[in-house]
Amino acid sequence: MSAGTTATASARARVLWRSPEARRLAAWVFGGLVLALMTGPSGSQAAPVAGFTGSLFHPRVLVFVALGVALWALSFVRARYGERVRETSVHLTRLPARLVRTRRARYGVYLVVLVFAVVYPPTLSGFWQEVLVDQIGVFVLLAIGLNVVVGYAGLLDLGYIAFYAIGAYSGAYWTGALPVHPPFHLNPFFVIPFAIAAAMVAGVILGAPTLRLRGDYLAIVTLGFGEIIQIAATNLQGVTGGAEGVTGVPHFSVHALGVHYAWTLSNLPYYYLLLGFVVLVLFGFRALEDSRVGRAFTAVREDEVAAEAVGINVLKYKVMAFAIGASTSGFAGLLEVSKIGFVTSQDFTVQLSILVLVLVIFGGMGSLPGAVAGAAFLQWVPQILRQHPLFGYQPQDLYIYLGALLVVMMIFRPEGMLPSRRRKRELALAEQGIGTADAMSGSADPAAGVAP
Amino acid sequence: MTALLELSDVEVRYGAVRALRGVSLEVRQGEIVAVLGSNGAGKTTTLRTVSGLLRPVGGQVRFEGRRIDGTPPHRIVGGGISHVPEGRRIFAQMSVLENLEMGAFQRRGSTADELELVYGLFPVLKERRRQAGGTLSGGEQQMLAIGRALMSRPRLLLLDEPSMGLAPMVVARIFTILADIKRTGTTLLLVEQNAAQALAVADRGYVLETGEVVMSGSAADLAGDDRIRAAYLGEALT
Repeated sequence: MSAGTTATASARARVLWRSPEARRLAAWVFGGLVLALMTGPSGSQAAPVAGFTGSLFHPRVLVFVALGVALWALSFVRARYGERVRETSVHLTRLPARLVRTRRARYGVYLVVLVFAVVYPPTLSGFWQEVLVDQIGVFVLLAIGLNVVVGYAGLLDLGYIAFYAIGAYSGAYWTGALPVHPPFHLNPFFVIPFAIAAAMVAGVILGAPTLRLRGDYLAIVTLGFGEIIQIAATNLQGVTGGAEGVTGVPHFSVHALGVHYAWTLSNLPYYYLLLGFVVLVLFGFRALEDSRVGRAFTAVREDEVAAEAVGINVLKYKVMAFAIGASTSGFAGLLEVSKIGFVTSQDFTVQLSILVLVLVIFGGMGSLPGAVAGAAFLQWVPQILRQHPLFGYQPQDLYIYLGALLVVMMIFRPEGMLPSRRRKRELALAEQGIGTADAMSGSADPAAGVAP
Repeated sequence: MTALLELSDVEVRYGAVRALRGVSLEVRQGEIVAVLGSNGAGKTTTLRTVSGLLRPVGGQVRFEGRRIDGTPPHRIVGGGISHVPEGRRIFAQMSVLENLEMGAFQRRGSTADELELVYGLFPVLKERRRQAGGTLSGGEQQMLAIGRALMSRPRLLLLDEPSMGLAPMVVARIFTILADIKRTGTTLLLVEQNAAQALAVADRGYVLETGEVVMSGSAADLAGDDRIRAAYLGEALT
């Protein structure tokens, strides 16, 4: 396609150049070039132009240019056959939802996904099994926990990883790995209630005073809390092991009813343990969604004043959502620390809090399948691309791309990958909002109000 | 007979500003009481104090003889007072039915009877029960807000400017329904700028000015008072 347009160096080409389509094509190709440069190898002080030449004189540049041309073609088709394309694409995006409209069909899909999640991992290489546990499993758990806070109750928590840290340090403390020793040592299984309780208590202590504040202030306070926890963990070296960390957190093990089994550093057993816990938590949160408490969360998120007017104790339910999220995060922290066996304050960065938030938003706020899919997808794709000959990236650049991806997502599909029905309706209504506002100035409205 | 609701010498402050300067009023069982006044007179503040959203710094609020000032709002709803907030405040993204069910949040168990009552008063809500609240017209949203408040089976219903932003025909319809609600045995305390409509359905009224009750009496007396007619009914004094 690109060869065809650029090679026609004739009078016709000059006419073509004046057409808006040609300019748009040029812009797309230029965009592709910029992206190729941005994502290519970087220069250094010794060879400042090495990045530039390394990006431009490499076959990968062709791929990016082709990508630009392809996107141009797509926008061209959209502009010319817009109506039909839109109809088809709407039809296609609604297709999955239509297929799984009934409850039974939806549970069928979940069952297929679960069976797949059970039988597929053993066929994977060790590297991918590790990704499944450390990158996907733990982050799926984190994402469904944050989904309760952000998606259900609408509270912006930017210090979510602090609770993960609290769970991790609880795990290290009660198993005797920290410099300070507990009154008795426990198997990680028995630490679960302690870790969850510690994170939950921290959530309540932080939440009770700050959740009286409105949105922005809560975000600032949680951001600060996340920093405090990390800095405290770094500086309290005698207690937490600081940035160097401590090792020797034991693995999970079972010694009961004649069964003796110990998890090890190998990934697959941990994967199944994690899968079991994730499924349990998913069932719990699914029930929560439909419960009285879940409805209170929704009411608080939609309109606090209205929630108060119908007799909902707004602060209580906000603290509850916050604490449920915190305890899930703490639980994930315990699981991860006992798997990798060591804990360092360096892991609990604010970036990680933001990453989990991105996973939830990308998947679809307020949607459990969305949180799972978002976390799995966004944690999996970078791992594929990292080593890719053409799309490989520098690890420190990952957040640039995630940010860009999120921006694109917010423009084209703001409801996320697998949105909740409620969220979809909210966005549809917001779009209509302009329409109904116009209609209200017309004469139809009062009549509708009087209609019996 | 003791009053259902009794405010005695209630004082409310927003920081240094005294919004209510010793307001006393009472609402008796089965009445509609209207509180009139211009912007900033303290009407909404009075309602928000009764429903527990504001805490008075002085005076007492008694409901059925018990003090309720300082009680948190969710307890007050449970205690039998429902608040239809200013600007309707329905849950725009929830369906009409979900909105009504939220209104019964404090009542556990079946809400079938309450639903029937609300649908009886507002048949349009039954027709639109699956529709999102935000897609209703302004008048229907006001009906939904009132219906939602009735779902908790209140003994006292607080209404904050139900006529706000609605066409005269719709306002008339809403006020007819308020009279119907009174007939079901619910007592109403109504805050309004639309004095003509309010006094037409109310039994008694109070007039607030800069946080003080400056006039009170039966609705008929107030409607006939020259000062009220000049200030709130927009009639020229003859």
